[in-house]
Amino acid sequence: MKSSLLVSDARTTKRNKAEARFKAFGLGAIAVAMLALVILLTSVIGNGASSFQQTYITLPVELSADRVDKKGNRDPVEMAKTTTIGYAPVLRDAIVAEVARLGLTTELSDKDLAEMISKEAAATVRDRVLGNPDLVGQTVTFDLLASGRIDGFFKGRVTMESAALDGNTSPDALMIAQAFADAGVMDTKFNWSFFTNPDASVQRPEAAGLGVAILGSLYMMLVVLFLALPIGVASSIYLEEFAPKNRITDVIEVNISNLAAVPSIVYGILGLAIFINFMEFNQSSPLVGGLVLTLMTLPTIIISTRAALKSVPPSIRDAALGVGASKMQSVFHHVLPLAAPGILTGTIIGLAQALGETAPLLLIGMVAFVREYPAAYTPEAGLFGEASTALPVQVFNWTQRSDPAFVERASGAIITLLVFLLIMNAVAIYLRRRFERRW
Amino acid sequence: MVERFALYRLLTDWSDMMSIMKLTATTAAIALTATSSFARDNVQIAGSSTVLPYASIVAELFGENFDYPTPVVESGGSSAGLKRFCEGVGANTIDIANASRPIRENEVAVCADAGVTDIIEVRIGYDGIVFASDIAGNSFEFTPTDWYKAIANEHFIDGALVPNTFETWDQVNPDFPAQPIQAFIPGTKHGTREVFEEQVILAGCEDGGFYEAMLAAGVDEDTAEQKCMAIRTDGRSVDIDGDYTETLARIEADSNGIGVFGLSFYENNTNLLQVATMNGVVPTTESIAAGEYPVSRPLYFYIKAAHIGVIPGLKDFAEFFVSDDIAGPDGPLAEYGLVSDPELLDVQDTIANEMVMGSGS
Repeated sequence: MKSSLLVSDARTTKRNKAEARFKAFGLGAIAVAMLALVILLTSVIGNGASSFQQTYITLPVELSADRVDKKGNRDPVEMAKTTTIGYAPVLRDAIVAEVARLGLTTELSDKDLAEMISKEAAATVRDRVLGNPDLVGQTVTFDLLASGRIDGFFKGRVTMESAALDGNTSPDALMIAQAFADAGVMDTKFNWSFFTNPDASVQRPEAAGLGVAILGSLYMMLVVLFLALPIGVASSIYLEEFAPKNRITDVIEVNISNLAAVPSIVYGILGLAIFINFMEFNQSSPLVGGLVLTLMTLPTIIISTRAALKSVPPSIRDAALGVGASKMQSVFHHVLPLAAPGILTGTIIGLAQALGETAPLLLIGMVAFVREYPAAYTPEAGLFGEASTALPVQVFNWTQRSDPAFVERASGAIITLLVFLLIMNAVAIYLRRRFERRW
Repeated sequence: MVERFALYRLLTDWSDMMSIMKLTATTAAIALTATSSFARDNVQIAGSSTVLPYASIVAELFGENFDYPTPVVESGGSSAGLKRFCEGVGANTIDIANASRPIRENEVAVCADAGVTDIIEVRIGYDGIVFASDIAGNSFEFTPTDWYKAIANEHFIDGALVPNTFETWDQVNPDFPAQPIQAFIPGTKHGTREVFEEQVILAGCEDGGFYEAMLAAGVDEDTAEQKCMAIRTDGRSVDIDGDYTETLARIEADSNGIGVFGLSFYENNTNLLQVATMNGVVPTTESIAAGEYPVSRPLYFYIKAAHIGVIPGLKDFAEFFVSDDIAGPDGPLAEYGLVSDPELLDVQDTIANEMVMGSGS
């Protein structure tokens, strides 16, 4: 049969076509994955980027004694009897006065004007007054949060059209807000308090922050790190280097692999039964959360540590043993240091997985409305014993709130969580690149 | 190479390893010893997701106005909350259970078995249940009978039960537009579902004369009620097990959808939703308080009396919750959509005197 190298025969054409098809499918698969990622990120960032900005209103507030210090004796204990509800008229007068000072005319009632200020503002003013009773009788300028709808107007979430249908604001209020902004009274600034404030109730989306959630997640990660890493590494070293190969170790190995595939909610049920009902640890506490996540992370860490130990060539062990090192010396002086980058990477990925976990926390009471910053240690509640939430839980909570401003907060929290995960994964990659040894 | 050496040193140094292990052991030991019974200084609340927003508003105000820490509020549903409430007495159990329905007798029995014998029942007010649809769509003026006809599983016609074949609203009631029937109703784990079935579907079955017709045909009362309240499962009515945010998302995706919401949720989303009237009455806090709007239910919370005086601030919190400033008609709860309880004074008395259930009060 006559053939030329320049003209491909039928079979070669067929094989080449198959290869081209496979490449196209591969590219298609990647394109679908990338498209999904792009859609996800666009929607999250589109919704959430504005949560890093917040609208404030600068108001001179007259702290008249007959409003905030009815007894007139400047005693903070007496003054504390005026609740934040009692401070509402003080703020109402302040914004009405500001409208008059700027010469604005409006059909809004005084009550409607007062609703342009966040309900959190009363607490801000009250805290300042109780902290410094000498302010009573003076006019003090405060930077106060604007209400969620007004904030939404400056971020484009609320428009004149939507405000006309909205029971909680009105086009008139937005016009006043615009006039305030033009006069420099209202300003949108970077929202540091998003990272420091605790959660806030449905009536104050503008005041809600991630402070408690970040602390709670940090405490849980500390618990996981200090328990899962030593336990996980110790058990993998024993299983990999010392344990005899018999039926029992086989069973243990199979079980560890199975544990890694157990749905995380199961660990929550276990945590509720053991740590809360039996050991009587506090509900909603980062300690219990950390312990549950430790159980969940252990299989991941054990599997990755064993893989790292396995990848160290046997020649290293043989050489160590050959020059007279004991088994333990060979492991701790030679194998473990060489496996360390792999172990660290596995640990960080395990931690990142634990950081994003919500389901087990649902059962141990961490999916909650918590406003008090948890202390790391108190004599009453013990180590990490005070109630807190966690970052993914905060996302879950905020998506369920009725006020649309919480959609923005939830997306902002997702962005924050993603940034933390990215940082952790980047550290894992950096450590592996830096310390990895190839043979 | 220097970095690798440092890492090598760290990991080869056996004494370092030991000290890390000792530190871990100490950490665990502190954690184990320092936690004991009644080591909690905050009030712990769980239960109904309908009561959650109100409870969190009060918790926030309580925390900023009192010296006590802000109570921790969890959701999860009335039944789940009461189950945890009835687990026993002690710091590792909750102090207050929120519920969108009264506690059931079997739950009281479970409580009693676990040692929770003294329970204070507090009614905080009423919540309206409203029907709302996409703001750009058609407006509706419903009666309970319309709903029964639209989403009942079977209709009783001429002495026999026949499957519901209505596809559009104009088949239900000629006054309605020819819009496909698509209802989003609360799933069975919600307390709201029970109210919806009893006050809308069963009421519609009775108003329309179907219930009586069944009784006249010799069906016994229990079966007739069950048949009345059976919801069709052919996709015209969809159970929503999540929150109202999910119902809203479904309506945004399908503009023919009509959803069941709490009044407060609707009032916070009036730019997206329009509300339907029921028997010609527009749902507002006023029309529900006056008893004109037919679909509403009381909301409750339950206090574990044994925890009063042990958990700091528990009684103060409960009293603050039902005070006139908070739960009254001009308070923040009413502003958010709670219908104030006309008998608030009695409720305040119940807490002040710590009157437990079954004490004849």
